[in-house]
Amino acid sequence: MELSGAEIVVQCLKDEGVEFIFGYPGGAVLHIYDALFGQEDVKHVLVRHEQGATHMADGYARATGRPGVVLATSGPGATNLVTGIATAYMDSIPLVVLTGQVPSPVIGSDAFQECDTVGITRPCVKHNFLVKDRRKLAETIKKAFYIATTGRPGPVLVDIPKDITDPAIKVPYHYPDKVSLRSYKPKIEGNHRQIKKAADLILEAKRPMIYSGGGVVLGEAATELTELTRYLGFPITNTLMGLGAYPGTDRQFLGMLGMHGTYEANMAMHECDVLIAIGARFDDRVTGKLSEFCPYAKIIHIDVDPASIAKTVPVDIPIVGQVKPVLADLITILKASGKQPDPDALASWWRKIESWRALGCLKYPQDSPLIKPQYVIEQLWQQVPDAYVTSDVGQHQMWVAQYFKFDQPRHWINSGGLGTMGFGMPAAIGVKLAFPDQPVVCVTGEASIQMCIQELSTALQYKAPIKIVNLNNRYMGMVRQWQEFTYESRYSHSYMDTLPDFVKLAEAYGHVGMRIEKPEDVKPALEEAFKLKDRLVFMDFITDRTENVYPMVEAGKAQHEMRLPPWLSSDRELA
Amino acid sequence: MRHIISLLLENEAGALSRVSGLFSARGYNIEALTVAPTEDPTLSRMTIVTRGDDRIIEQITKQLNKLIDVVKLIDISEANHIERELMLLKVRAKGPAREEIKRLADIFRGRILDVTGSTYVIEVTGNSAKLDAFIDNLDNSLILELARSGPTGMLRGEKSLHL
Repeated sequence: MELSGAEIVVQCLKDEGVEFIFGYPGGAVLHIYDALFGQEDVKHVLVRHEQGATHMADGYARATGRPGVVLATSGPGATNLVTGIATAYMDSIPLVVLTGQVPSPVIGSDAFQECDTVGITRPCVKHNFLVKDRRKLAETIKKAFYIATTGRPGPVLVDIPKDITDPAIKVPYHYPDKVSLRSYKPKIEGNHRQIKKAADLILEAKRPMIYSGGGVVLGEAATELTELTRYLGFPITNTLMGLGAYPGTDRQFLGMLGMHGTYEANMAMHECDVLIAIGARFDDRVTGKLSEFCPYAKIIHIDVDPASIAKTVPVDIPIVGQVKPVLADLITILKASGKQPDPDALASWWRKIESWRALGCLKYPQDSPLIKPQYVIEQLWQQVPDAYVTSDVGQHQMWVAQYFKFDQPRHWINSGGLGTMGFGMPAAIGVKLAFPDQPVVCVTGEASIQMCIQELSTALQYKAPIKIVNLNNRYMGMVRQWQEFTYESRYSHSYMDTLPDFVKLAEAYGHVGMRIEKPEDVKPALEEAFKLKDRLVFMDFITDRTENVYPMVEAGKAQHEMRLPPWLSSDRELA
Repeated sequence: MRHIISLLLENEAGALSRVSGLFSARGYNIEALTVAPTEDPTLSRMTIVTRGDDRIIEQITKQLNKLIDVVKLIDISEANHIERELMLLKVRAKGPAREEIKRLADIFRGRILDVTGSTYVIEVTGNSAKLDAFIDNLDNSLILELARSGPTGMLRGEKSLHL
């Protein structure tokens, strides 16, 4: 089969089984757009801003486990992608990003809409390519999918000069089933001897703790994680990215850990003697002050990325490999040993944990005349416990992480690493397109939502009736909270004087808008919104504007030095 | 601690900037960097001289290994190795200094590659410390120009960096 470069791009996507491509046309990709015309196999979703395309593809990838695909033109098209690519990179999300480039002969001449896309994106992609030969185009695209989806996943960009896609020049087409790179051989199995050592240490533990992260979600190892945790009867905490990998409603689950983690999770981390870190990377928002992190613990660390091991925290037993086979191996070894960790020690450890849990660090006042944001999230969870929930970044994100009990992996979709405001709504559109029959909610705030608000238009065009829960406190809440705590309440530029009327805004985009101002209206409003299955509903909840996220480990503090909510006795001894 | 990391990488456009970008993005320091193709035209060999404690060097080698274009690497300074750097020096060579510089070059087994009535161009090779010593023994005001290649090196004996 002889195809032009443009036809090759489209045929590769078909052969790869790509369902959606999120993109925006422009000069350098017009040949490709012409090849997309009139075919239905790959559905193109026209966004309103290229950043939205990356977040939609990213949301799609996080929810489905399949790579998200993006197409944009050269120059500004490509630079608009950068925030979304960096977002995916920080959270190890597989994306294949195709960009047009000016024709090869004029590269480097400051041509119209030229930028060094490969150079600009190099620090925030797993790998990138500039295609110089149309005969290598198909193989390059295959490599992009292979690299993006294997090992520690991540975004891969393919920059394609316009002359390469010239419809007049045809070359033989062959899409390889497999590619192999001599320089890239991701490890799958873990070292059996290391896993055996880990099992021995686990069996000796008196105060064990499991700390698992996004790697378990990405590595499809939720089943193994749950089996291991239940078999051992150990307490478990999840990182922000790992929520849902272990059922959030289970008794062994202590909630999220870290800066806004629960009291019991952070205290158990601090006091444990054996820490089993699984697909987590000891992020600074998790560890707090490094020198006081888990001071009594021997640490086992399982991760597919060797560079994540001992990056910030020294580890006693490193295991490099995919989380799923390593956990399966570990479970087999533990069961075959016929041994169990000391039951008396474990029981006494659980008694200690229950005493921390009894503090009730996530309780909040129930008698407020104002809508408490935590209440909105709790009510949302009651209504749609199995929903896919995306979020933007800030207080609302933390409240979802704390109050929405995710029981399944891939249902909690947020920008954890880069912390990208504007992520939530386009990501929700990507999820909804993948799962049209499932409830998909974007929890956001009035500041975040305005960063990609234009995608409301895309949601209408492609019939993505997501539900938007806007926790409107008329502040950039997390910024305001830091200003309250560390800048003596000098609220420097953390509010907007001229917020839009979100109800009218939603209506202007062809959707349904609601404003909810009283606590008693929260539940009925959510019920009504979820009844409107075919409509995007924008719920603008006017919330208590001074509410803070608790507990909080302030920057530079150790994980057990939590600031608890003022309504709990604030002078309580924390040890 | 000073380390010398030798690596084989795909001879692709942009491979060098992936490596140098990694160092600047993560705040590692590069003291010297050399790169040239090998006997296999698809591979380049790069030598990086860097400094850091064990934890940093471990991260550097892991992060380098993560780069898709890096095929293989070793820290040659961890074992018995040979290190060589080339230096070219243009010096003012007049009066009594002219003879002294010649003697110094002989002691360091340097070669004088270019001679004029008032200048020499001297080539010295050796490990970096030897080149430093040569410069230290020379009156600095006589140096007109200095170019060092940065070190390259390999392990002694059977063990080698190849595919």
